[in-house]
Parts: sequence; structure tokens; C-alpha cells
Amino acid sequence: MTRSLIYSLAFHTTMIFLTILSLPFMLREPIDLPPIVSVELIQISDKTNIPYAPKARKIIEETKKKEKERLVSEQAPPTAKAKEKPDKIPLPNEQKEEKKIIKKKQNPEEIKPEIRQSSEFEKKEIVDTNQIAALIDKAKEEEVTKQKKTNKITQSNQKNSFATGLTLSEEDALRAQIFGCWSVPLGLPYDEDLLVRIKLNLKKDGTITKSEILDHQRMNRPGQKFYKVLAESALRAVRLCQPLKVPPTGYDKWKEIQLNFNPTEMLKG
Amino acid sequence: MKKTILIVLLNFLLINKSYSLIEVDITRGNLDPLPIAVSPLHVDINSERYKDLKIKELGNNISKIIEHNFRSTGLFNPLKKEAFVQKPDIAHLKPRFEDWRLIKAQALVTGKILIKNEKLKVEFRLWDLAAGKEMTALAFTTTPSNWRRVAHIISDKIYERLTGENGYFDTRIIYVAESGPKSQRVKKLAIMDQDGAKTKYLTLGNELVLTPRFNPTNQMVTYMSYFRNMPRVYLLDIETGTQEVVGNFPGMTFAPRFSPDGKKIVMSFAKDGNSDIFTMNLETRVVERITDHSSIDTSPSFSPDGKFIAFNSDRSGLQQIYVMRSDGSGVKRITFGNGIYGTPVWSPRGDLIAFTKMRKGKFYIGVMRTDGTGERLLTENFYQEAPSWSPNGRVIVFYRETKAGLKGEGFSAKLWSIDITGYNERQLKTETDASDPSWSSLLSK
Repeated sequence: MTRSLIYSLAFHTTMIFLTILSLPFMLREPIDLPPIVSVELIQISDKTNIPYAPKARKIIEETKKKEKERLVSEQAPPTAKAKEKPDKIPLPNEQKEEKKIIKKKQNPEEIKPEIRQSSEFEKKEIVDTNQIAALIDKAKEEEVTKQKKTNKITQSNQKNSFATGLTLSEEDALRAQIFGCWSVPLGLPYDEDLLVRIKLNLKKDGTITKSEILDHQRMNRPGQKFYKVLAESALRAVRLCQPLKVPPTGYDKWKEIQLNFNPTEMLKG
Repeated sequence: MKKTILIVLLNFLLINKSYSLIEVDITRGNLDPLPIAVSPLHVDINSERYKDLKIKELGNNISKIIEHNFRSTGLFNPLKKEAFVQKPDIAHLKPRFEDWRLIKAQALVTGKILIKNEKLKVEFRLWDLAAGKEMTALAFTTTPSNWRRVAHIISDKIYERLTGENGYFDTRIIYVAESGPKSQRVKKLAIMDQDGAKTKYLTLGNELVLTPRFNPTNQMVTYMSYFRNMPRVYLLDIETGTQEVVGNFPGMTFAPRFSPDGKKIVMSFAKDGNSDIFTMNLETRVVERITDHSSIDTSPSFSPDGKFIAFNSDRSGLQQIYVMRSDGSGVKRITFGNGIYGTPVWSPRGDLIAFTKMRKGKFYIGVMRTDGTGERLLTENFYQEAPSWSPNGRVIVFYRETKAGLKGEGFSAKLWSIDITGYNERQLKTETDASDPSWSSLLSK
């Protein structure tokens, strides 16, 4: 009797323990943060991707040159770390590049590659267009979130950025890409639930091996003709966008991905 | 024991994993017109001759009408035929999707026609090029002279499949055709297909005609015409051409409009300088008073469920729009904006009311919700009015008067259409000047 009681107790505590461990999202309240994400965006673009205005560029280039000259004269080589912005998330490749450049700083001719970022002609090589897209896109996104602070969609956005394996910029790049491919059918009712969830299985290069509409049954329900049209348009968008802009690393995290298509905001706006 | 614990543990790990699926919210897309390829319909070689119909060109002509319909919606972008890579007959059997995707098409329409025993058989397929599959396929049989309607019906079916909304192409518009100088204007009742083809004049122009309105359930029209300088309300059956006067009232009757079931007419009726709203049962000819107020109540329009009537009235001073129950109770003012509001028309979907607004010498066509909120002015001009809804409630047709001639001495009235989003404003082609349009319901349901 006592033995089984002990077993039972032990088992239950493990269960509770495991539940707490593995299902934390059930306990956690949705994080109620103000919907401002621009700060994190600056973080992403540690290299300034936005092309300067011609005048500003000259000034910035000059000040950069001056600064560097000053740095060279005042400080010794170990400036590598000091140069980095504190809020930067260092990617392994970038770190190496930076170091190389800084090591050669003594030679004034070698400074050029870094300055080159801001030259419009060279921009294509250095600037990651994905990030620009993400930036532009984010700016629009902000407007929307400002308008509708209480909107559920924005909340889930926040949740995503914390819970998923994609960084904000990666998520935004993907989102921006799909925005461009998705022709939203205009004959949709305003007051119905318009959420279409699509689960994708992806290859490493971003091509789709399998796509599945999660609320498949709803498509054939009477009075839900619009839903079928909407779901099909979403599927079409995903197929048109192939290969999707996925990050180069972390395949295991995003080999399965769920896209939630919801045009409600757009139709009402 | 260990095993069970292990299984339980594994289970939890798996559950945890499945919940960490990356989710990305897509809340916006583009509103660019959908690129669609309409391949000319393949004409079967076994087709027989039919009167003076040019069979060889029929396939191409039908596809042109479909393209024209699509372009007029502003929602589709029909691609140029020169870019097409596959011949119509092969494309209809099994299109090479890669080839069509190359020209950036997202949907493809193919078809086949056959005329045999004086019957025209038209078959079409709609292909989703991204998915590489057929979305819909239908065949129609009719008399060959009906080929234009077949093209419109095909357009409706495709529109329906791609937008989730009913089409409005297989419809007609009745309007007042105008000609001559302003002081001696000749006004005739005219009807045409929604794309401007097949215009037919229904009256001779001896008497002035005004405000024709379609019965939402059939091809019956009510309109106003002057008889010995007295306006009367008439009923006209378009199919048979029979015409009758709706009752004989001592005063003047105005702005007649059908109820959604087509069994009643609602109109305003003036006596001693005061006008009120009445309904008349077309079967029993019983007239019922709806409003009884010392102000001028006009332009009544039923809601599609028949439970409410919107009308305009100057009971608060300036003319504004009011809504009441169809028995006249519960009158509620819904417009409070600056300016004068008039000609309310309830959308066939029931969600919006279209109206004309006059403010500071300008005329606006707008829409608002049925409680008066969410007012959106779609278009502005010096003179425009009389909005009428397409049967799916997406497009509004109205007429606009503009100055004509080099010095602006004359004037011209034309029909225009606009999407309820405020985009895609277009002039409809009419043979003469035109005013007071009314859009029919779908000819085939």
C-alpha cells in the first residue's frame, strides 16, 4: 500500500515537474510589451545598409577617415573589440572580417573597403537586400501596430520573436518576400475569421517539399467559399515565392515552418 | 518501470518540440491585379456553319470579351496573347505549366467550342498555374447567337472562383439615353449589356423618361414618365415589351423602386407641396402609407432583406438620410455630416448604403455602413448622382455631367463605374449621352 503510494507520489511529482519544464508557455502570460520593435532593428543592421544622401555621405566619409586616423595614431592594434558596438550580435563570419580589416588599419589604403559600404556603386556587393527589405517593411509594420495596439496579431508577432528560432530580421525578410507574392483576393467578407494557417516543410535552399493547409476541413464547408479562395491564394503565394528566403544556418529550427495568413488588417485599412 | 518513464519523458520532449514550430504572420499582400492568361478558345474542326456567324473567329472573340471583362474589374491583368507559347487546342488538353509560368501568368483560361445541329457548345477550364492543377471546368450549350452571353457567364464563373465573390458580367444596365440641347433634351429608355454592347432603345423619346429601376428578381423595370405634364410610374417588361401604368394617383409620384422580392414598389408621392413615402403591392394594387410627416420624404430604397427602408428627408432642416423599419416605425437619422445627402441605395449584400452628397458646390458619390458610420466618399465632381449597385455589391455605376465643347458651352452626361474601394473609376461606353443607370441582377443564376 505504502509502496504504491510512494510510487504514485513520485510519478505525480515527476509529471508536474515535467509539465512545468516542458509546457512553460501554458503558465506564461502573453508578454505585454509595447509594440515597438525598431530598436531591435537597428541592432540587426550593424553595418548601415541605408544609403546616405550624397552630401551626408561625404561628411560621414570624412569624419570616418578622421576618426580612423586618430584611432591609428592614438591606439595600438587591440582596438578590435573596442570598435564593436556593444549591442551588436556578432555573427561568426563578420567577426573575422572585421578583425582582418582592423589589423591592417595602419595602412591607409586598406581602410577603403570599409568605407566602401556607403558608396552607392559598390552597394550591391555589400548591402544585403534582404535586410533593406526587412527594414522598409518594418517601417510599415510599425505604422500598423501603432494604429492597433491591442490587435492580437501584433501580440503573436512579439511572441514569435521570442519563441522561434528566427531572428527578427530573418523573419521580416521572409515576411517581406511573401508580401510581394501574395495577391490578396478582394472579395472577402470583412467580418469573418480570415486566418489561413499553412504548414510548410522546407529544404535547405528554401524550396518547399510539402505544403499543408491546417484548417483543411473548413474549405469545403457551406458558406465558406471565400475561405477556399483565400487559402488557395496563400498557397499560390508560397509557391510563387519559392525558394523562400531562409537563414543560411539553423536548418533544424526552420525545416518545418507555419505561415499564418491574415488579410483582415489590410482589408479594413 | 524505467521504460515507462522513458516513454513519458520522450513524449513530453516530442510535445515540446511540436509546439516550438516557427510561426510567421503574413498580414499583408499586394493588391496588384492578378496576371491571367486567357487563351483563345479552340474551335473544333467538326463545327458546322451557322447563319452569318464567323465561326473561325468565335474562339478569339469570346476570349476577348472575357479579357475585357477582367480588365474592367481592375482586379485582373489579362496578359498579351502574343506572349502565349502554346496553341489553344493543346493548352486546353493539358497546358505546359512551366511555359505559362514563364510569362508570369498565375491563372490560365482555356476552352473549346463546337457548333453542331444549330447548337453552340462551349467548354472552358481554369488552371492554377502555381499549383499545376485544374481549378474549375464547365460546359454550356446554347443557341449560337447567344455567344456573347456565354463569354459573360464564363467570366462570372472564373471571377467567382478566383475572388470568392459572385460575378456581375452576365448583367444588363438600363439607363436614360439623352440627346439634343439642354432645353430640348430627348430622353429615351435604353438597355445594354454591362460591357456596353447590344444597346437597345425601349421608348421612342416622345415623352420624358426618368429613373428606370430593375426588379431584382426578374427582367421587369419600373420608371417614371411624363404624361400630359404629369409624372407617372410605369412598369415595363423588357422581354415582352408590355407596359402599364402603376395606378392612377391624383398627385405626383416619384422615384419608384422595387422591393427585394419584386412584389412591391416603394415610391414617394406628392400632394399639396408635401411628399411622403408609400408602398404599393403589385398583385393587389393596395397602396400603403409608410411615412406621415410634414417634411419632404423621397428616394426610398429597401434593404435586401426587406426589413428596412432608407430614404432622404429634410425634417431636420437640410436633407439627410434616414432609415426606418419597412412599416414606417423606428425612424432614425443616420447622416450627420456637413452637406446635403440624397439618393440612398442599399447594397445587395446589405452591408453598405451608397449615396450622393452635395457640399460646397461639389457632388460626391460615397458609401457608408447602414448605421451611418464609416462614411467613405469615393469620387468627387461638379455634378454626379444616381448610384446603382452591381448585383454583387462591389461596383457602383452612376452618371456624371461635364462641360463639353471648346468653350464649355455644351454639356455631356456619361455613365461611370467605380469600385467600392474607391479605385478603378471607369467611363462606360454608351452610344449617346446617358443618365440614371440601374444595374440588373444576374441574368442566369
